[in-house]
Amino acid sequence: MAVVRSPKELVAGLMFVGIGVTAIVIASNYTLGTAARMGPGYFPRILGILMIVLGAIIVLRSLRVSGPPLPGWKWRPVLVILGSVIVFGLVVNWLGLVFSTMLLIVLSSAASTEFRPKEAVISGVLLAALAVGVFIIGLKLQMGIWPGSR
Amino acid sequence: MDLLSHLALGFGVALTPVNLLYALIGVVLGTLIGVLPGIGPVATIAMLLPTTYALQPVSALIMLAGIYYGAQYGGSTTAILINMPGESSSVVTCLDGHQMALKGQAGAALTISALGSFFAGTVATILVASVAIPLSELALKFGPAEYFSLMVLGLIGAVVLASGSLMKAIAMIILGLLLGIVGTDVNSGVARFSFGVPELTDGIGVVTVAMGLFGFAEIISNLEVTQKREMVAAKIKGFFLSKEQFRKAWPAVLRGTSLGSVLGVLPGGGAMLSAFASYTLEKKISDNPGEFGKGAIQGVAGPESANNAGAQTSFIPLLTLGIPENAVMALMVGAMTIHNIQPGPQVMTSNPALFWGLIASMWVGNLMLVVLNLPLIGMWIKLLQVPYRILYPAILLFCSIGVYSINNTNVDIMLTVFFGLIGIIFVKLDCEPAPLLLGFVLGPMMEENLRRALLLSRGDPTVFFTRPLSLGMLVAAALLVLIIVLPNVRKTREVAFQEE
Repeated sequence: MAVVRSPKELVAGLMFVGIGVTAIVIASNYTLGTAARMGPGYFPRILGILMIVLGAIIVLRSLRVSGPPLPGWKWRPVLVILGSVIVFGLVVNWLGLVFSTMLLIVLSSAASTEFRPKEAVISGVLLAALAVGVFIIGLKLQMGIWPGSR
Repeated sequence: MDLLSHLALGFGVALTPVNLLYALIGVVLGTLIGVLPGIGPVATIAMLLPTTYALQPVSALIMLAGIYYGAQYGGSTTAILINMPGESSSVVTCLDGHQMALKGQAGAALTISALGSFFAGTVATILVASVAIPLSELALKFGPAEYFSLMVLGLIGAVVLASGSLMKAIAMIILGLLLGIVGTDVNSGVARFSFGVPELTDGIGVVTVAMGLFGFAEIISNLEVTQKREMVAAKIKGFFLSKEQFRKAWPAVLRGTSLGSVLGVLPGGGAMLSAFASYTLEKKISDNPGEFGKGAIQGVAGPESANNAGAQTSFIPLLTLGIPENAVMALMVGAMTIHNIQPGPQVMTSNPALFWGLIASMWVGNLMLVVLNLPLIGMWIKLLQVPYRILYPAILLFCSIGVYSINNTNVDIMLTVFFGLIGIIFVKLDCEPAPLLLGFVLGPMMEENLRRALLLSRGDPTVFFTRPLSLGMLVAAALLVLIIVLPNVRKTREVAFQEE
């Protein structure tokens, strides 16, 4: 039973192998063609093979060379940040820029351990004004400012 | 002389009020993000790419370039004053720069930093201008096989000189290449890797990838660490450089400039590598190595000049060969493509105003930076006192608006979020995102050149080895890999990066 000396590397290597296999599987749906007349599946297949080889090397190395363990994973920053951006994307069209901005600022501020709600709201208002000024007035982007204006 | 008339054309373009304005915006923004930790030139340029749609191509490039070398200036300010590198290339400046500040010599450090950078910027601009024509002429002799091999060399070189595991970096490049292929294949009309999502048939935008990997992922990983910024701000007592300091510093400036100019051109080179190399050099040849780390002015003058020279000369492969050699240049390729300019040696002949205008504006930008930085230092310091918890939502906002504005569709935002997620996974697994971005930008071009080369040779893969230029480049790439894989070199490389 091989000892995993470097868990980080192992995961990374397995990830690459997985990606390589996925690429080849998907690319097998495209015509391969010949070297002289490369089809759409040719380059992806080459890349997939390379990826699997590299991934395998990394996995093998992880069994022989010691490395640091997998770092911890804090859920709050990831979920809050990405979640707040997803919300922004969903609402910006029907809520308009001003309110979407305020929502984004307040929600994303919650990811910080130093979250101060009142401060976030003020910041949201100011940034909404700034955003409208810079993006809509200054750069003439086509986005609704208030709800229902689009 | 041809060069002078080209430069005259360039300055004519660079000195128009519009371009002066955009150069100013670029360098001020660049200094700003150089000063602020947690956001760097890559994320900023990615953020601003969509907003440059409405601009003239040359103005867009002038502004974006200004951000890059402006960030080098900004990073030095924080390195010297509060021992915090705003930019990765300013890490070295912290060592002696802050020590000088603690000894009451902050003004001198800032001055030599600005002057050295300006000198380096001037020399680098002249270099870029002189080397442009011969290199482009050489490149015009390249066929698809040479281009393919050049890209291979460029990509390998970029990861070899970077820190971290070589195998993982190459795997990241390949992943980038795969992501670059997503979309409709030009030759066959087949939609590849689009998973049935119509928006993906146009491919993934470079802004989406860059923003997610560099912007969102950085913010998330910053938040995982509790924010504690100790501000040991040093007082500035005037900006005067004593004769003694000047005498010691200017040879370092010269050496730093030369080193930076050479290293900047190499793939993977640029500002950071040049700064590190310069510090090492200065320490090695100094009569008094003991004073390094305690406030040696050469330890500031050399690296500061080197990082500016390196930042500007890293434009050379981009402008003459169309090959980006670091993440920032990869984004410049993206910017050019957005404006329908195909990067490569033909840019010089088909678009001389753009080409020379960009080069000339780099010098103009440097001049603006010297004039602006010293008086505005007070303002930068105030800005540093804005807590991160207020800063990062603003950054997030600008990123999100920028991404949304590309197509006014939510799909782009979701994609960027996806890249943010895998970006943070990469950070956890110690996989560097910059090689991915390089591969992403070069992917379609590489495939196209591979296809053409094989088409011309009727399927004969040895064409890459029988044509001398192509063979030379592939051999160089192989050598680079071998050198790094050799055990003792690997140890030295790791030690060098421990000092970060």
